[in-house]
Amino acid sequence: MNTRKLRDLIGTKTLLLITLFVSSLFFLIFILLLSRSLLVLESHSIIEVLFSSIWNPDAGQFGLAAIIVDTILVTGFALLIAIPISLLSAIYIVEYAPRRLRKTIRPFIDVLAGVPSVVYGLCAFLFLAPFVQNVIAPFFGAQSTGLCIFSAAIILSIMVFPIIISLCIESFDAIPLSLKEASLSVGATKWETVKKVVFRASAPSIIAAILLGFGRAFGETIAVNMVIGGTIRLPSSLFNPGETLASLIASKYGELMSIPLHESALMLVALILFIVVFLFYILGFLTLRRAKKRWKY
Amino acid sequence: MENYQIETKNLNVQIQKNSILKNINIKIPAKQLTAVIGPSGCGKTTLLKSFNRLLEIQDEVNISGQILVDGENILDRKASEIPDIRKKMGLISQKPYPLPMSIFENVAYGLRIHHNKNAKELAEAVQYCLEEVGLWNEVKNRLHDPASRLSVGQQQRLCLARAIAVQPEVLLCDEPTSALDPIAAQQIEKLLLKLKKEYTVILVTHTLRQAKRVADYVIFLYFGMVIEQGTADEFFNNPKNPETKAYLSGEIS
Repeated sequence: MNTRKLRDLIGTKTLLLITLFVSSLFFLIFILLLSRSLLVLESHSIIEVLFSSIWNPDAGQFGLAAIIVDTILVTGFALLIAIPISLLSAIYIVEYAPRRLRKTIRPFIDVLAGVPSVVYGLCAFLFLAPFVQNVIAPFFGAQSTGLCIFSAAIILSIMVFPIIISLCIESFDAIPLSLKEASLSVGATKWETVKKVVFRASAPSIIAAILLGFGRAFGETIAVNMVIGGTIRLPSSLFNPGETLASLIASKYGELMSIPLHESALMLVALILFIVVFLFYILGFLTLRRAKKRWKY
Repeated sequence: MENYQIETKNLNVQIQKNSILKNINIKIPAKQLTAVIGPSGCGKTTLLKSFNRLLEIQDEVNISGQILVDGENILDRKASEIPDIRKKMGLISQKPYPLPMSIFENVAYGLRIHHNKNAKELAEAVQYCLEEVGLWNEVKNRLHDPASRLSVGQQQRLCLARAIAVQPEVLLCDEPTSALDPIAAQQIEKLLLKLKKEYTVILVTHTLRQAKRVADYVIFLYFGMVIEQGTADEFFNNPKNPETKAYLSGEIS
């Protein structure tokens, strides 16, 4: 009897310890990043770092503006492509596709969502970049090596849409049949029902899916690194090479050679990534809570 | 000669190869309240949903026979005409499903689809429908709140208002009171009695007492077959079929 109680106690406490350890990692990483990036902030004001576009570690210049602009461009453009494609194909799969097609297509999309990003990066490097160089850039009258912001955005959107599709399929599937019947039975067509009822009723999950897609696009490192060209200059077109926050760390960590200031600057970049993801999580949480109230059925 | 709004001829429905309705031949009088009774799982809801062709949105449904509405077989109609068939038949489901929008927009939903009304006409029509179901005074100050904030009984009346907004001829009610508390249920029952003057009401119910209280005409379904149909008076006081007698006396349920 007593040993059973003891085991129960030990079991409970062990679980608590493990959980505490995992959640304390959040603070540990944050403190680590913050403390290591203080060095660069001592000699450079945060304004200078965020708004100067000159990155020249040898001369002690660590302006991130160009990188931030590229990050916004790549992430934004990728989502701009991925969101409509994902929503429409998810709604097709759930509401319109014949049953057999629906069942066959899902595993493929789920696997796509799990393919390692380096695979996407390699494909993009070998096939997408030349295509952009030879066909797409000339079509828009631009010259490009193919290693550019545009290619990075395209490959990111391709990586993001299986995630959004997969989550949207789940949320559209969860809409009760009776809710759709309620709309259909006043004489709404299927498209009207989809547009006004299914999309609205799943708005909270769509928002969650998009945020997850944003997280993936924003933080994606290796695939972007392989096709973006690695140039730190304010871009004048999407066909310019660039560098994102995440890909910058991947390109530069090998050449640090223990220059403390350079190392500290990269830690600052990591800190920015950390904070943005955190802020987006909070924003997402709040929007989701509001949306759930607003679009409840 | 009575005026029949809906008539079925040899209606058979199979869902996933299971025969749910077998050779249904019924007549439903216009502007009266017809109760469809029978134990659960006997095909009442399926019968109801065949009338506005809602069965077909599910997979593997086979329908044969005829469903004549005002003399026309609705099973012959093209897919593009189905929304018009459904507009003619309002549906009230077991559990109320307000659409994910405001109270006002719920009622305006069908109106926006079918009619080109300006803001004033729309507001008037919405008010009229909400008054019809006795909800106006309860919600007039919060028309733009999400409909999900209403109580379940209010939601059910809202669904009724949404259904009558598009001026249907028939109201298909699928056990509309089963999810409600007794007072809300009574309100709905009274409403149905009032509405049957303007609409043909078909009420699926599994409570005999409810059918006795409100029905003019009764159809008794058992294992997907029509056992007996007739006026409420005849059905309850002078049932002909032994199975009906057994059901009425509570021997089978």
